[in-house]
Amino acid sequence: MKLAYWMYAGPAHIGTLRIASSFKNVHAIMHAPLGDDYFNVMRSMLERERDFTPVTASIVDRNVLARGSQEKVVDNIVRKDHEEHPDLIVLTPTCTSSILQEDLQNFVERAQLEAQSDVLLADVNHYRVNELQAADRTLQQIVQFYIEKARKKGDLATEKTETPSVNIIGISTLGFHHNHDRTELTRLMADLGITVNAIIPDGASVHELKNLPRAWFNLVPYRELGRMTADYLTQEFGMPCVDIAPMGVVETARCIRAMQKILNDQGATVDYESFIHDQTLYVSQATWFSRSIDCQNLTGKKAVVFGDNTHAAALTKILAREMGIHVVLAGTYCKYDADWFREQVSEYCDSVLISDDNAEIGDAIARLEPAAIFGTQMERHVGKRLDIPCGVIAAPIHIQNFPIGYKPFMGYEGTNQIADLVYNSFTLGMEDHLLEIFGGHDTKEVITKTMTADSDLAWSKDGLEELNRIPGFVRGKVKRNTEKFARERGIGQITAEVLYAAKEAVGA
Amino acid sequence: MTLSQTQPQSLEFDCETGNYHTFCPISCVAWLYQKIEDSFFLVIGTKTCGYFLQNAMGVMIFAEPRYAMAELEEGDISAQLNDYNELKRLCEQIKRDRNPSVIVWIGTCTTEIIKMDLEGLAPKLEAEIGIPIVVARANGLDYAFTQGEDTVLAAMAQRCPSKVETEQEKEERNAIQKLLSFGRQKEEIATEVSEYVDHPPLVLFGSLPDPVVTQLTLELKKQGIQVSGWLPAKRYTELPVIEEGYYVCGVNPFLSRTATTLMRRRKCKLIGAPFPIGPDGTRAWVEKICSVFGIEPKGLEEREQQIWASLEDYIQILRGKSVFFMGDNLLEISLARFLIRCGMTCPEVGIPYMDKRYQAAELAMLEQTCHEMGVPLPKIIEKPDNYNQIQRIYELQPDLVITGMAHANPLEARGINTKWSVEFTFAQIHGFANARDILELATRPLRRNQNLNELGWEKLVKEEARI
Repeated sequence: MKLAYWMYAGPAHIGTLRIASSFKNVHAIMHAPLGDDYFNVMRSMLERERDFTPVTASIVDRNVLARGSQEKVVDNIVRKDHEEHPDLIVLTPTCTSSILQEDLQNFVERAQLEAQSDVLLADVNHYRVNELQAADRTLQQIVQFYIEKARKKGDLATEKTETPSVNIIGISTLGFHHNHDRTELTRLMADLGITVNAIIPDGASVHELKNLPRAWFNLVPYRELGRMTADYLTQEFGMPCVDIAPMGVVETARCIRAMQKILNDQGATVDYESFIHDQTLYVSQATWFSRSIDCQNLTGKKAVVFGDNTHAAALTKILAREMGIHVVLAGTYCKYDADWFREQVSEYCDSVLISDDNAEIGDAIARLEPAAIFGTQMERHVGKRLDIPCGVIAAPIHIQNFPIGYKPFMGYEGTNQIADLVYNSFTLGMEDHLLEIFGGHDTKEVITKTMTADSDLAWSKDGLEELNRIPGFVRGKVKRNTEKFARERGIGQITAEVLYAAKEAVGA
Repeated sequence: MTLSQTQPQSLEFDCETGNYHTFCPISCVAWLYQKIEDSFFLVIGTKTCGYFLQNAMGVMIFAEPRYAMAELEEGDISAQLNDYNELKRLCEQIKRDRNPSVIVWIGTCTTEIIKMDLEGLAPKLEAEIGIPIVVARANGLDYAFTQGEDTVLAAMAQRCPSKVETEQEKEERNAIQKLLSFGRQKEEIATEVSEYVDHPPLVLFGSLPDPVVTQLTLELKKQGIQVSGWLPAKRYTELPVIEEGYYVCGVNPFLSRTATTLMRRRKCKLIGAPFPIGPDGTRAWVEKICSVFGIEPKGLEEREQQIWASLEDYIQILRGKSVFFMGDNLLEISLARFLIRCGMTCPEVGIPYMDKRYQAAELAMLEQTCHEMGVPLPKIIEKPDNYNQIQRIYELQPDLVITGMAHANPLEARGINTKWSVEFTFAQIHGFANARDILELATRPLRRNQNLNELGWEKLVKEEARI
């Protein structure tokens, strides 16, 4: 047993549901007790989804506990098949079904006899994998299923496209800025003259999966999601894979050069160097920004980075390599993939923290006192408590991290967005600090909430001085009370003495 | 619908498949840990439970809540680890860090399935660490959403002291009385007690925000009725005294287990009244309590009329409109009754669980309200099926659907006004003064969409090909 207040990665079934609900016309049925369909609320709320989330539950209740699910799961699958006519139904186990140990595979096989749609059992174990691993596995499972199905039917498309093309693997629902990254990556491919053969799972139909081998290579932008699928495609069809996240100027260039090499190896003659050069110097503002005076002021400032592997590693490199910021600690909650993270960031930071215990991270931040934090929503709240600004760079996230405006983290526009995020976090911090030192922007105005002076009462110099010594958050209240006190007694000028008399009068 | 339609004479009940969306009952820790200030809630479950809680409670998570997960790992499931030792380790840590007056263990689906004997372990551990441990099985196998509070209060009811030893202790426990006297002198309170009619002790049950507790207590005081205690109180150490023969009355419709426990185990007499939701409900609730104590209620009718008059601006928006409850928090019957009194029609009331005995007075009042307002009786659907309900919503095109967040945005995108049902659980809706808050919630989508609809963008999804 573990005492936990907060967790970074969700339970396994969330990963499976993210994949299933990313595809078009795929329905997931959870084998779960009442209330476990909270995924629908998250999708409907966070993504402001207009359509019903294609996830239902086959409810596990007392009767199921006593007698087993029997026909219930099969009936629910068949019913959903009739109602919605999905292409695929994914039966999703939860923590509850993990311990009930019912033969769900058997239910799937029985349901398959009656259902028009394909039926799959997600191969994930609640107690062994988390949300991210489960998502990775489920995507691979679905791809493999449809590749094998096509192979059996003989309509697997293996002939490469005429011109260079790519599969972008790993864009999914409820992913951190995934929808914006999707647009940015599609644009980048268009600029490079690479046709996008498929984007999976987001918005894809399972019927497209048989065409995956037609692409010249696969691009896996996120470390956490899509690698298993890409590995499978490499194994089956020898498809090469680029798994460098194009996040930040240097990494984007590295990603493009890796694609260039793969394409040229297959007989294309592409040279992206001048594109990289132009984009880096003139399209992305991040390079110029690094050189500008503003960024000079950030030199050597201390920062802590924490998040998932992809974003925390990329941000660490951007801060250290591209902006000259001193990363005192870089960390990830992807414990299962810790070695990769260490290898990526160790030369860019003082120390590495691999943990999914929020208290440990909070303590580290408190000890290191960085000037800014780049982390998840949880670090944002740690920052709030410690008065340190925080930029949110990774899930877990809240509704404000699903902006409707265009905010990719990847590609060249992504570098601009990240530069803004980093810069805004730091300036706010600096401004705060300066305010602290000088006691406010304008000591005359800071005592009121309104911008103009609305008081008919005069404050003497010593009165004002005393007032300014009162902590900011109660200052307005004290001012109002004092003025009320003075007015009631017909006192024209408020001195320090009056202020304290008022304080005594209200018994504070 | 018109008056000429034939109306069924009594309520019609139906039961569907139970495939509906609701919150897991463990969500009750969200409001109970805030209500019971010296408590600590330990939810013994898996990552699934934790994930739900952290997402459903949103910002509350960050305010150093007095709740935590005892997250079960594979070793716990396969009994390689000893439950007792594990819980002891965790509870000792909680005692060290927070020093609560009570630890509430929330049993979940997993503890049910692996048959972890929480009720058996608790007394042993309680004796060992010296902190009371209350066990509530608020799991999704058996209960829905607000019923979680019911399981916790039923367990707490057993812990209420049965006799007061000394006068001094009595005074300490009499927190509500103190709350109402607002620091006046002792003698003044003593004289005030005589303002009350002589009646057997009355204890109210149901967790409400403190301002609402004060309002309802004062409401009864106006009739000369003294509230001896409230389950739960602000602190665990202030749980009310409950002796055999005390009268008890519920303030919320989802408290049937608590009511049963108070009647059977604590030998109390239950006052079955409609719930004090809406001015009609509040009046009926007070009147019923008065009638049990043989008191002639004073000034209630005028008070109700005043409230109705002050609500007229909102009622104008609702009059003649229809409302559909998909059902997820058990407040549905009371809310439907109130909204029908406001002039709405209601074709369907979905509800997770319908205790016809505990809610008898509320159901009778719903029926009576429908007759008086001349509208058809709603169909009450227990354990609804959300898919079927959505088909019915498409057919009926109600003016307002009260539903969970999973369906709200998709329905809005299809031009159907929705109100998120969970808000009714967290808003202050009890008593005369809060009737306005209910209508503020119920009319909000109508008021908002009135403005937007002039733009002509009601349907924001492409027409689906219906097969």
